Amino acid sequence: MELPIYLDNNATTPLDPRVLEAMLPYFTNKFGNAASRNHAFGWVAEEAVDYSREQVAKLIGCTEKEIIFTSGATEADNLGIKGVFEMYQDKGNHIITATTEHKAVLDTCKHLEKAGAKVTYLKVKEDGLIDLQELEAAMTDQTILVTIMYGNNEIGVVQPIKEISAIAHKHGALFMTDATQAVGKIPVDVNADGIDLMAFSAHKMYGPKGVGVLYVRRKNPRVKVTAQMDGGGHERGMRSGTLNVPGIVGLGKACELCRLEMDSEAKRLSGLRDKLESALSQMEESYVNGNVEHRLPHVANISFKYVEGEGLMMAMKDLAVSSGSACTSASLEPSYVLKSLGLSDDLAHSSIRFGLGRFTTEEEIDYAIENTKKAVNHLRDLSPLWEMFKEGIDLSKIEWAEH
Amino acid sequence: MAYSEKVMEHYTNPRNVGTLNKDSKSVGTGLVGAPECGDVMRLQIEVDENNVITDAKFKTFGCGSAIASSSLATEWLKGKTVDEALTIDNMDIVEELALPPVKIHCSVLAEDAIKSAINDYRVKNGLEPFELAKSHH
Repeated sequence: MELPIYLDNNATTPLDPRVLEAMLPYFTNKFGNAASRNHAFGWVAEEAVDYSREQVAKLIGCTEKEIIFTSGATEADNLGIKGVFEMYQDKGNHIITATTEHKAVLDTCKHLEKAGAKVTYLKVKEDGLIDLQELEAAMTDQTILVTIMYGNNEIGVVQPIKEISAIAHKHGALFMTDATQAVGKIPVDVNADGIDLMAFSAHKMYGPKGVGVLYVRRKNPRVKVTAQMDGGGHERGMRSGTLNVPGIVGLGKACELCRLEMDSEAKRLSGLRDKLESALSQMEESYVNGNVEHRLPHVANISFKYVEGEGLMMAMKDLAVSSGSACTSASLEPSYVLKSLGLSDDLAHSSIRFGLGRFTTEEEIDYAIENTKKAVNHLRDLSPLWEMFKEGIDLSKIEWAEH
Repeated sequence: MAYSEKVMEHYTNPRNVGTLNKDSKSVGTGLVGAPECGDVMRLQIEVDENNVITDAKFKTFGCGSAIASSSLATEWLKGKTVDEALTIDNMDIVEELALPPVKIHCSVLAEDAIKSAINDYRVKNGLEPFELAKSHH
């Protein structure tokens, strides 16, 4: 077993060697521009892109023509939301999203507010799921788009996508989802789920960084987005720019592998995740964040009360994880996602996200359990709050000098 | 963000972790910060009849830089007179630990903890507390 152990697969995943192998020729002798229609170099590249498009389509249950390649999920989120807002201006200006969305969605919505959009940010319940009745109540005749993420990047909860899209459609709005954490990990089918637009990226599923997809529905209804990048009219005019052929080949291979291995892999990962989670949640004053029933198989988010996440990560130096503590940010604000669940700031500061992946082994999880327990105990020995808790002092009754 | 060697050293081998008897007249206790902010420092000093700090202990809830700042502070405090201890400035800690700008608040908290411990000691012993400069941030 090699140290450090990578348990931050919600941030990014390593490239699968099989994906790399598929990509390599497209950096060297198969270097053509997929838009070169009049010679063999272009045809070879185009063929590879077409094959990749097929693989992506198969994974999410759509047709090839509905795939728009982008530079990643952030660009896809921008193109989807801004593109719908501009294209459907005559229908309305209201967008509904949720407070736990990724910044690529939230900041895009904020940007559009300056351009005249009305945006509703739905709160989530304690378990991280949105309240469907609240969504229903927020719908107006001006609502053009509901955009709610599939699986959350910090806590892994999976939203009731079918129910959400049904509500959006009932009121004549489009439904978009940022499915970056879900595609390739759990079954996502755009037709069964009623998805009109969907953003995701390759590097969260063992593909390369710098390539992603916006799925845009072509039938029932035919969805259009206004291009956000002008140029050669690539990707059916919705996203100009020479295609990143090696990246797209890698994305295609990554999708193919995820589709073929999803069932067994999801079972294996949720087994390891459960082992990790049950061992760590047996520790005194530790809490699992988010709904534990409706969620991705590969993420556990746990708060260890009375220790601070960043300090804790330093003690877990052989583990690469992340924390909801934002001690490094200038604002000193902890994770807005955890705060949206109603977690107090101190519990949000005390959280650690473990993100498992295709290359995580049971041996690594066993090591992670021991390493984390040791680190938590060590930091609790250093913590004045732990000492006070042990003495039975009610910390909420103390007047803290907030700084 | 990578930590400086000195932060790592103090974090890995923190000096003077522990608790002094807060009810003792010769002990001053400073508890600063707030759990909501992700930093709480408790710093304690024990002062002899010559006004010399003979012992210092800390416990800190916070990031590595906060732990290192308070560990360093206890190291510096031991052997100093109370008046000397009052001259410890947060920028001395920043310099010693090579703290980056986002971590300066950790050093400020350590300075606040020192002053707050000294004042607790003074008040316990019938002296006027020093006027503390308003928080730096």
